[in-house]
Amino acid sequence: MIDRPLLSIRDLVVEFTTRRGVLRPVDGVGFDIARGEILGVVGESGAGKSMMGSAVVGLIDRPGRIASGAVLLDGEPIHRLSEEAMRRIRGRRIGMVFQDPLTSLNPLLRIGDQIVETIRTHLPVGEAEARRRAIAALDEVGIPAAARRIDSYPHEFSGGMRQRVVIALALAAEPDLVIADEPTTALDVSVQAQIIALLKRLCRERGAAVMLITHDMGVIAEATDRVAVMYAGRLAEIGPTPDVLTRPKHPYTVGLMRSTPSTLGAGGRLHQIPGSMPGLRAIPSGCAFHPRCPKAFARCDRERPDPIPTAAGAVACWLYDPEDPALSGAGEAEGTAT
Amino acid sequence: MSDPGPFVSTRGLGRVFDVSKPWLNRMIEREEKVFLTAAENVTFDIPRGETFALVGESGSGKSTIAKMIVGLLRPSSGTVTVDGVDLFAQGDLAGQTALRRRIQMIFQDPYASLNPRWRVGDIIAEPVRAFGLEADARAIKRRVGELLEQVGLSALDGIKYPHEFSGGQRQRICIARALASKPEFIVCDEPTSALDVSVQSQVLNLMRDLQRDLGLTYLMISHDLSVVRYMADHIGVLYLGRLVETAPRAALFDAPRHPYTRMLLDAAPRLDAFGRTAETVVGEIPDPIDRPSGCHFHPRCTHNDGTRCVGEAPERLDLGRGRAVACHGVEEGRIGEGRP
Repeated sequence: MIDRPLLSIRDLVVEFTTRRGVLRPVDGVGFDIARGEILGVVGESGAGKSMMGSAVVGLIDRPGRIASGAVLLDGEPIHRLSEEAMRRIRGRRIGMVFQDPLTSLNPLLRIGDQIVETIRTHLPVGEAEARRRAIAALDEVGIPAAARRIDSYPHEFSGGMRQRVVIALALAAEPDLVIADEPTTALDVSVQAQIIALLKRLCRERGAAVMLITHDMGVIAEATDRVAVMYAGRLAEIGPTPDVLTRPKHPYTVGLMRSTPSTLGAGGRLHQIPGSMPGLRAIPSGCAFHPRCPKAFARCDRERPDPIPTAAGAVACWLYDPEDPALSGAGEAEGTAT
Repeated sequence: MSDPGPFVSTRGLGRVFDVSKPWLNRMIEREEKVFLTAAENVTFDIPRGETFALVGESGSGKSTIAKMIVGLLRPSSGTVTVDGVDLFAQGDLAGQTALRRRIQMIFQDPYASLNPRWRVGDIIAEPVRAFGLEADARAIKRRVGELLEQVGLSALDGIKYPHEFSGGQRQRICIARALASKPEFIVCDEPTSALDVSVQSQVLNLMRDLQRDLGLTYLMISHDLSVVRYMADHIGVLYLGRLVETAPRAALFDAPRHPYTRMLLDAAPRLDAFGRTAETVVGEIPDPIDRPSGCHFHPRCTHNDGTRCVGEAPERLDLGRGRAVACHGVEEGRIGEGRP
């Protein structure tokens, strides 16, 4: 076994050139995902998390483009591949699950035909074998009477069942990596719990890695091994999920955790972060969070912090600069959530 | 205020929608009329100055009930009474019109509920003008400025258009508009589910501050149990149009009685549950047009006895201390107070 990450994102920058200037929805994000690992990417709207997911699978529409940085799948760069080569990777080596299952399924085709098509595009199997595998895939994601339901159309399924079909489709060609972008946001709580459990079980069984993009801290807590927190297109903090959620380091993560209402807490006053996520045309100088940060000091306005390694992760905040002895560890004092 | 009774109360509230195909299609295809029961026999009270939350998943009838309580939708059965006035009774038009001003609503999507072509100041001034609450244009302008400042915006924001504001600010504008008619009762339909977490906390805190300062009564509609835990004094849990359990906040979260409430609480993602696998949930919400017989929850319930639960709809059982449950298992003592 080679000890290299399955997916490695290095200093990725996505740019949109518009008449009114260059916008950077993803601005220098880098992290690795190991085989069999579930990495959560969390952030509020406008944080660039979905754009980052799309960049990995080469699904950014013009005028957007990957301006710099690299995406390595099992050591091979895939960010400069042709559209044709990328199409062979999508579905085969990287499966995708999006928020709205209706937009991921063709309403005019029976679900079985869609799964069979995916299997036959990527794997050297015949029609009958592909259909057998499709039934097995539907059975595995918990569709009752899969052999009969395989000939149904997407509209004949409920929202939760459709998302199961999409997961079956994403896993049909046995990919190494699954990118799930808000897979449960459109679903009810009880169905969400089922889908999260299903995604976790299937990926564990097959050893597939998962990039789970969500805004929901509860989903992150239950489903992921590590979590990357994004803010304004940048990585604020990354680390093992229990560490980041219970002992957040970056002031943004601290604020986010304290402002998240919990089903456990009493009805006290919620913490609030002043202001809101900046728009792409008005990203603040230095650290993008500094205008909302309770701990900002002069340097935050001037210099942009790069992720600084911590015990098990990294945090992009000047409070943790090891070269600044007066400040190192200053952020720990108030680093407890809830 | 000498009124001892609840400020808002519903009795046996129900609404049935006719979702049949057109007459000709029914004749040709030989189909019966199809009805959707969105709400059935919903009974609860809200004391003055308190927050009552209705929680439920999609198809549970939350929004239908909200619309009936503000008078936007006529119930098929039952009554809504606000401060002693029956909202739908014949012959009390004067009382009902006077009541309208005192009831307002805040909607889920702050992008859809503000007219993009109107200035924010005009949006907020409209209820003031419509109800004739201020004498002249200068007084209206002053009142709009006050309202904007009350929700944490600047009086100068009145000349801007809605698109110049972020989602959280727009929800503040919606709140300012709701406050413009000096209401006593506000129905909030998923007020923060379109907002990000950090902005959601700002809006929820604002709503609580306003409740304290103005003595408002809230009916809150939500699918998010963590938001409800933070906001509500009393909670009603809906499943397919019926209230399955109502209880004070602490009682509901600490010791839920109805199996559906328990399932819902177990399914909610928890911030401390690292690596938990909550595969305790069975099945999905059935089609509201074709609801299961007896107790609607019986096909998914682990306490289903196979006879009474399937055949007979459970009645609302008052357990005292503000708590009521509709479940045969609780009534027969099969489901105790302790968690299974």
